[in-house]
Amino acid sequence: MINAVGRDIPEEILKATGKEVFQGNNYKDGVRFTKVGPTITPVMRNDHSKLVKDIHEALVKCNAHDGMTVSFHHHFREGDLIVNMVMEEIHKMGLKDIRICASSLGKAHNPLVPMIEDGTITRIESSGVRGKIGEAISAGKLQGLAIMRSHGGRVRSITTGEAHVDIAFIGAPTSDDYGNLRGIGGKADCGVLSYAIVDGNHADYCVAITDCLVPYPNFPAHISQTKVDYVCVVDEIGIPSKIATGAAKPTTDQRKLLMAKYCTDVVVNTPWFKDGFSYQTGVGGASIASTKYLGEIMRERNIKMGFGVGGLTKEMCKLLDEGMARVMLDVQDFDLDAVHNLKNPNHHRIPAGVYANPLNKGAVVNKLDYVVLASLEVDVHFNCNVVVGSDGVITGAQGGHPDTAQGAKCAIVICPLLQGRIPAICSEVTTVTTPGESIDVVVTDYGVAVNPARPDILEALKAADCVPLKTIEELRDIAYSIVGEPDPVEFEDRVVGIIEARDGTIIDVVRKVKDVE
Amino acid sequence: MINPNKTRLRRTMMFLNAQKPSLIKDPYIYQPDSIMLDLEDAVAEKEKDSARYSLYHALQEINYRGVERVVRINGLDTDLWREDIRCAVAGGCDSIRIPKTEYAKDVKIVEEAVIAAEKEFGRPEGSVLIMAALESARGVMNALEICDCSERLFGIALSGGDYSKDLQTTISGTGVEFMGARQHMIIAARAAKVQCFDTVWTNLDDMDGFRRETEMIHSMGFDGKSIINPRQIPIVHEIYTPKPKDVDFAEKVIREIDEKKALGIGVFTVNGKMIDIAFYDGAKRTIALAKASGVYKGDL
Repeated sequence: MINAVGRDIPEEILKATGKEVFQGNNYKDGVRFTKVGPTITPVMRNDHSKLVKDIHEALVKCNAHDGMTVSFHHHFREGDLIVNMVMEEIHKMGLKDIRICASSLGKAHNPLVPMIEDGTITRIESSGVRGKIGEAISAGKLQGLAIMRSHGGRVRSITTGEAHVDIAFIGAPTSDDYGNLRGIGGKADCGVLSYAIVDGNHADYCVAITDCLVPYPNFPAHISQTKVDYVCVVDEIGIPSKIATGAAKPTTDQRKLLMAKYCTDVVVNTPWFKDGFSYQTGVGGASIASTKYLGEIMRERNIKMGFGVGGLTKEMCKLLDEGMARVMLDVQDFDLDAVHNLKNPNHHRIPAGVYANPLNKGAVVNKLDYVVLASLEVDVHFNCNVVVGSDGVITGAQGGHPDTAQGAKCAIVICPLLQGRIPAICSEVTTVTTPGESIDVVVTDYGVAVNPARPDILEALKAADCVPLKTIEELRDIAYSIVGEPDPVEFEDRVVGIIEARDGTIIDVVRKVKDVE
Repeated sequence: MINPNKTRLRRTMMFLNAQKPSLIKDPYIYQPDSIMLDLEDAVAEKEKDSARYSLYHALQEINYRGVERVVRINGLDTDLWREDIRCAVAGGCDSIRIPKTEYAKDVKIVEEAVIAAEKEFGRPEGSVLIMAALESARGVMNALEICDCSERLFGIALSGGDYSKDLQTTISGTGVEFMGARQHMIIAARAAKVQCFDTVWTNLDDMDGFRRETEMIHSMGFDGKSIINPRQIPIVHEIYTPKPKDVDFAEKVIREIDEKKALGIGVFTVNGKMIDIAFYDGAKRTIALAKASGVYKGDL
């Protein structure tokens, strides 16, 4: 069946998943549903200990079984040690047919590949995967389907019961013996535990894993003792240098700086740039540079940000410290400066659901004026692909891309026209991961294109005469004139993964990459 | 004038290693007025042939969107420069930059080779211009004869690195070591009615110094500056773009002079300033520069 972005979703996939095809951003607006809750084990006795000696004991006590779903957060990013240590134990116990429900998986989790190959892991649900797991899925090694869903979409899927979590493993920089968890104060601080809040609320069992046991009570807790069944102390939960690095050195790449300048020019010349505006950006070189330029103009014109959202970095937190931003809402910290900045009373932690769940009573992203995003590919319909590489292999993550793009009044995608020899602006993206209806402006090194659905933005930019305006087709044509039009990647028929839209409908599928003969 | 491009706007001329496809594939996105595709110092001795190869194909294949394509050839004291010229002209370059020019005869030798290449590759006669880089005390002292020697020569440029060595000094950042050369060269260029370009500023961490130097050479009368990094472009262009009040004044001067001349009046005032015919050419230049910089949309 053809969906709203023109992708053909095979009937057998719709049948197997019970899902509908994507029918536009606001298809489920106002549609009532019932949330599901977990089955929990109360603790009434005052002599009960939650401490377990190792992960094996935790698994046994949590009734680990074949076919179960285990969940993880990705606040430790590429420094994460939790997923591998838990899955190794599950593997040792000989359990099979495990579904992993993670907020994201990265190269740190390459050791899971043999477990995919031997049927220990048969389903993966994540905002994306990088490295060897992506290659394994694209090569058809995962027996079941991979489901890629946004950060907001993950919360939605857990609260609706679509992704029922049997055991959540929550890596925590600090915990007391009763399971009060915090993202700071330990050896591997990640600042916030926002992605794990929903797991704590909805998993049947919840195991905290920490390498820093602190005296009771570990308050204020980011995840409460009332959610946690067991606490397991291990030597190391993460590699600090790979969790929150020092602030990225400002880029000197002129191409990125040029795009950052164009991006800032777009922001400051559109109607929402006024005192109290809201803004979210990422961690890439151009995004950080763009925030820096924006800060300069805010100071010059004395325009203050009402609130910033992130994925926070030093550059955003600097605006808060200077009084140029009123509030920061934090779901993830990309550098140590952002972690330390949590001391600022106006820097608030928010759960991923508050941030982006499309099926709650209104997420923070809905209040965004601007979001600055990146993309691997953008097509002439403004559809973005942030998951599948130009070689057809899964290599990225939706993250909050679809959530913020839909929510923001002005969603800007920064994308160099060419990614090496591959045109990033193209006729059709390999895989649609964010629908074009969410994307308003595309900034490239060769010019800026505005979605024709947003004549208000186009008029504002024309009047300001601040950036080289092009149509998206012109940008594509320039790209093709330089590197040619590549042949589409060849796939086999077998679907190995689905890309969920925020509301759980299917926006696209990922097929097995054809073997090179 | 053999080629209308001789007097085109050249505020920025960006050096790029011709051997690096990633650098030369799209420098126009930074909007310099000219790029200088270098076959000389930036290219290692054993890579000269591969640099020519990528230069030729870049010139043939890439649409540089109106940015002037200057090719810096190897010195006349090498056995490389003739083939450099053939390659550049065959590719379709706009201009040739001669390094280490010391005498008018250096320009004449290159001019002959350019003419031969134009014929060989079927390009219109006079389509390829020449500029001369002065890199020694001798070259600077001979600036006027160099400027005067060829109708194809559109300008001269100071090359500070070699020049400072020849002067037995070092580059201080204050510009004191270039004072004489700059003054001498701009006077010679103006006497011969050709353009004059300043040397590069290599300390990218000192953008304030770069701005100060650009303001100085702008005041001295230079047409533009050689640059090594795109981040220098907006600064030069900002300094060289006439300010709105200067454009307004120039427009008034031109219109008043045209009007008063018809009435037989030679001296009058504009905005309280005494004006006569001597201001006419300067005002015309301001308007031309404003037009070329995209800040004047009037009908003059």
